Amino acid sequence: MFRWFHKLASTRNFYRLAEILAPWLAILCAILLGVGLFQGLFVAPTDYEQGESYRIIFVHVPSAWLSLFIYMTMAFCSLLVIVWKMKLADIVAEVSAPVGASFTFLALATGSLWGKPMWGTWWEWDARLTSELILLFIYIGYMALRASIDNPATRARASAILALVGVVNIPIIKFSVDWWNTLHQPASIMKFDKPSIHPTMLQPLLLCALGFTVFYFVVMLLNTRSLILERESKSSWVQERAAEGRL
Amino acid sequence: MLDSFSTLIKRDLTLSLRRSSEWLNPLVFFVIVVTLFPLGVGPDGQLLSEIAPGVIWVAALLATLLALDGLFRDDYSDGSLEQLLLSPHPLPLLVLAKTTAHWLVSGLPLVILSPLLALLMQLPLQALPALLLSLVLGTLSLSLIGSIGAALTVGLKRGSVLLALLVLPLFIPVLIFGSGCVAAAASGFETSAQLSLLAGLFFLALALAPWAASAALRISVEA
Amino acid sequence: MPDKSLESDSDRRAENHSEGRAETLLEAKSLSVSRGELQLFADRSFTITKGELVQLHGDNGSGKTTLLRALCTLMPLDEGELYWRGEQLPAARDSYFSEMAFAGHADGLKTGLTPVENLKWCLIDTPPDEDACYQTLAQTGLAGKEDLPCRVLSAGQRRRVVLARLLISKAVLWILDEPLTALDVSGRELVASLIEAHIEQGGSVIYSTHQPLPLSSRSADQTLMLPG
Repeated sequence: MFRWFHKLASTRNFYRLAEILAPWLAILCAILLGVGLFQGLFVAPTDYEQGESYRIIFVHVPSAWLSLFIYMTMAFCSLLVIVWKMKLADIVAEVSAPVGASFTFLALATGSLWGKPMWGTWWEWDARLTSELILLFIYIGYMALRASIDNPATRARASAILALVGVVNIPIIKFSVDWWNTLHQPASIMKFDKPSIHPTMLQPLLLCALGFTVFYFVVMLLNTRSLILERESKSSWVQERAAEGRL
Repeated sequence: MLDSFSTLIKRDLTLSLRRSSEWLNPLVFFVIVVTLFPLGVGPDGQLLSEIAPGVIWVAALLATLLALDGLFRDDYSDGSLEQLLLSPHPLPLLVLAKTTAHWLVSGLPLVILSPLLALLMQLPLQALPALLLSLVLGTLSLSLIGSIGAALTVGLKRGSVLLALLVLPLFIPVLIFGSGCVAAAASGFETSAQLSLLAGLFFLALALAPWAASAALRISVEA
Repeated sequence: MPDKSLESDSDRRAENHSEGRAETLLEAKSLSVSRGELQLFADRSFTITKGELVQLHGDNGSGKTTLLRALCTLMPLDEGELYWRGEQLPAARDSYFSEMAFAGHADGLKTGLTPVENLKWCLIDTPPDEDACYQTLAQTGLAGKEDLPCRVLSAGQRRRVVLARLLISKAVLWILDEPLTALDVSGRELVASLIEAHIEQGGSVIYSTHQPLPLSSRSADQTLMLPG
């Protein structure tokens, strides 16, 4: 197990693996999203309370899920950077951050779009949306720190510390925002949670969530490949492959 | 070992007292920010007393942030940070000493000055104990959490704006429980829940922040 | 722990100097360090034994400062290991730091404090008493300046405070990056005589310099060339 892990951790092996995996995952992603979105937008029944506007959850919920999932991936990679100084983990964390931030932004935007017909305002200080907004700030801080450190080794470890500090804080922030929300909001307002979801809605939702996750992996693998090339442009194996025209 | 803790506190306090602008400026900033609110929203006493807990807390948070930038910056530029890292004493302890000294000249004056601002903001008198207690626990946590950000950004040019980006989201729970505590006290409710949550945050920060800040300092000195 | 038992016999033989038996203090095994993308040196191995004077030689940008900072564990190593009295760093950091003193480009002095306060509150194992501080400062030619804030001292005078800090630290190994910077002729002679005295007493010094160190009774036991 550990040897397998160690082998994967070499940027060269990962580059190969990503090369093989990415196209297959891209196909899988297209199928999952195609079926999921079709079922969600056309097959699933209309909600008797919210009409058609609820269908945005097929984008909103997977985005919100990914915004957290990607942060957790970054935090896990950061742990590998701190403990084993693994270069590959730093590359994965670096390429994941903008993707995670984009999904966080997408979750906020779709939440706001949904809020208009539901609450009558573009922005409601709902607990989930507020936590999501703070998560976006955390992503931005992480990327800003990365952008301002030139030395790659220093950048890797400094940003890893920040990501780990963030992962300790995220549940605390979530808890405090929920607490703040129950204190300040009248209970009558409809929340995003407690979905009394019909099975015909659940299936496309799960398909979409899975499809989005696979999408993240595809983007992550592709970007990791190009960043590996950039970081290791001087190493012999990259030179060899470049000479053979197989990059 | 505790000798080194008190030595460092003594050294930093002596330095701060000789350079009074260092701790006076954030304090004046605190007062000015709070005065801006009545000018911005109008002098209506009812409204002011309603927003007072939040305003005082946000101002205290920003003042702490302003002061945090200097926590390690001088030590970094004059090389004493290197000497600190090369001292035979455990670095987290020294970081804790620096943070404590920093709180004594930045956080504590805020707490002492806060009743005056409560007066300006028409905060009900009954909320005063809650304000003082929540600010003590809260600014301690803010200094501890902020020390991580200060340590990460100390070697960077224009690090102060970045510091704000990094630590403000992490300050949010302290702000929520702190202002919540004062607001509850102002409306005559029990505040023990908020205070114990603040205390919990403080102990968590006390246990983790010095280690994270030490690791961050070692990294910042490398560059 | 000056009399800690030594490592293998071969190590002991390898670095035998003037005395019959030389104790290995710091050992560097195939160090590689880079600054950013630029690799400064690769696979450097050397040892510093007790009572040894090591000079570091190289042009600007050849990595002298980086090597010295790496020896202090202030810089990460790309590859290689450092051993202090046979124990690997940074695990053995605590015992290393209590016997090592570093003077880098930055003085590490608080300009708002006086020389005496700077010495009194430098964070060494056992804080010195004030008399010792005054005596040491007199030794480095700062008599009469002890209670002025360091802010008003000249760069050369501040370097003398740094020298006093080295003396008062009671460290065995001194790591000095350009110790002659900003010093006048008498200052340079002072550095040389302090280094010689430190070696006489069984201490070790590794230093980098562009100017020749005016040593009177000895020359460097070992010269490390960079790049090499």
